[in-house]
Amino acid sequence: MLALKSVRADYTTFQALFDVSLEVRQGEAVGVIGPNGAGKTTLMRVVSGLLRPTGGSIVMEGVDLVKTPPHRIVELGIAHVPESRRLFPRMSVEDNLKMGSFMRAARPKFRRRLDVVYELFPRLRERRAQLAGSMSGGEQQMCAIGRALMSEPKLLLLDEPSAGLAPVVVEQVFDLVTRLRAAGLTVLIVEQNVQQVLRVVDRAYVLKAGRIRAAGAAAELLASDTIREAYLGI
Amino acid sequence: MAIFDIFLLEALLNGVLLGGVLALLSLGLNLIFGVIDVVWICYAELIMLGMYGMYFLYTVYHAPIVAAAAVCIVAVAILGVLLHVLVIAPLLGAAPINQLLATGGVLFFLQSAATVLFGVEFKNLGLRLPVLKAAGMFISYSRLLAFVAALVGMVLVYLFMTRTYTGTAIRAIAQDRQIIPLMGVNSRRIYLVTSALGGGLAGLAACLLVLQYDVHPFVGLSFGPITFLICVLGSLGNFVGGFVAAFVFAEIIALGGLYLDLEWGYVFAFAFFIVMMFVRPEGLMARRS
Ligand SMILES: Nc1ncnc2c1ncn2[C@@H]1O[C@H](COP(=O)(O)OP(=O)(O)O)[C@@H](O)[C@H]1O
Ligand SMILES: [Mg+2]
Repeated sequence: MLALKSVRADYTTFQALFDVSLEVRQGEAVGVIGPNGAGKTTLMRVVSGLLRPTGGSIVMEGVDLVKTPPHRIVELGIAHVPESRRLFPRMSVEDNLKMGSFMRAARPKFRRRLDVVYELFPRLRERRAQLAGSMSGGEQQMCAIGRALMSEPKLLLLDEPSAGLAPVVVEQVFDLVTRLRAAGLTVLIVEQNVQQVLRVVDRAYVLKAGRIRAAGAAAELLASDTIREAYLGI
Repeated sequence: MAIFDIFLLEALLNGVLLGGVLALLSLGLNLIFGVIDVVWICYAELIMLGMYGMYFLYTVYHAPIVAAAAVCIVAVAILGVLLHVLVIAPLLGAAPINQLLATGGVLFFLQSAATVLFGVEFKNLGLRLPVLKAAGMFISYSRLLAFVAALVGMVLVYLFMTRTYTGTAIRAIAQDRQIIPLMGVNSRRIYLVTSALGGGLAGLAACLLVLQYDVHPFVGLSFGPITFLICVLGSLGNFVGGFVAAFVFAEIIALGGLYLDLEWGYVFAFAFFIVMMFVRPEGLMARRS
């Protein structure tokens, strides 16, 4: 479904990704794990078009994402839940969700998708008129994921959805990933919460200092002593 | 009732009427600043061109006044888009000082162009609207009309901003510019729509101001500075703040004008502004961040 080949990404004076190749197949949940500063967020940003890669190719279902304008990438079925949620804080929950339906193809489906999201997160329905910035961290994460789901994506990119949340809420977030997969969504998730994310994904890549250092089935990575010691710190 | 109370009431009412027009003026400038993050220093000069448009269409070419107003609003909206495309867009990534200098340059360019093209004489519509007399007060019909039209304009903008996808995106982009492409929003298009809207509001303001004031190449100086002060007092980019500050300023001007004369009203308003900048430098409606 999504394939990155030898992707390179740079910030003005700093190279953040080196020769990154990665694949996500239809229906899979794939994790990218690695320490702070490894380049995980950068990886998500080059896929969703927020940052242009300086080399390599990114292809979604045959379409070259590097040549696609950033605002058209969501039309290909890719929804990105950015790091630290990035809701529109002074807009209501429902207006935030409406922004998730902005693209032409999603507008006629707005009401239907709203029901789907409210079904998934009843809490958001209760708070639909509240300013997004006034909610708790967990509720904001639900709203951010809900906003991404409004466009009825095929591939969901989650950037550290559990960061800064209480342990109970972290559980809920990982449960949600499992439920979304069961509903047929393909998921690419970036996490520092290594042990928990490896329980909900099929495969994972280990990213460190901008390079893929290891990859494999989640169970294998969890079991492999060398990888645990060298990269996961558990 | 004492005659003094009638004057006071009349001044208060005139303050409200003026506040509506000032609120309309500040809305356009705030919109541009909030969304595109640049200040149109030449905003009042767009209004000046709109006032000339009304003068030529209505007084010189005898077009029906409503048609003339519609043409002016659309024409100034197009000027807003041109200003964005030709001056602002190339400087979007530049330092704020360069943007200020560029739009400041447009201000002098438009003033000079108007002087060359239209001369320095004061022109007016030659339209004499009646003065209404109610409960012992005299209220000018043109002020009342301007107030009502300004309110209608602001309500339409409010509906656009809250009910449509494009309007919602305009509010969203003012809150988080970076992630806006993730919503499928082309920010270049939103900037164009916003510039058209800002220009359209300047055009509407022009139609209302020309009912009350003569037009000349430097007329922008009469309400440009006060519009900036209102926006700053209401916290630049904050629509509600601008709205409130417009009425605060208008009442100060109207009441100051009651006790001394109108120029003193302006002096009080500016003095109030300076004091407020010491007390609340971020403006009345500053957000805690
Ligand atoms: N806007 C930026 N400008 C310069 N360097 C950046 C920028 N954003 C991130 N970086 C650098 O790129 C590296 C990777 O960052 P990031 O992708 O955010 O890592 P992660 O998400 O894995 O913590 C870090 O060393 C970070 O300092
Ligand atoms: Mg990150």
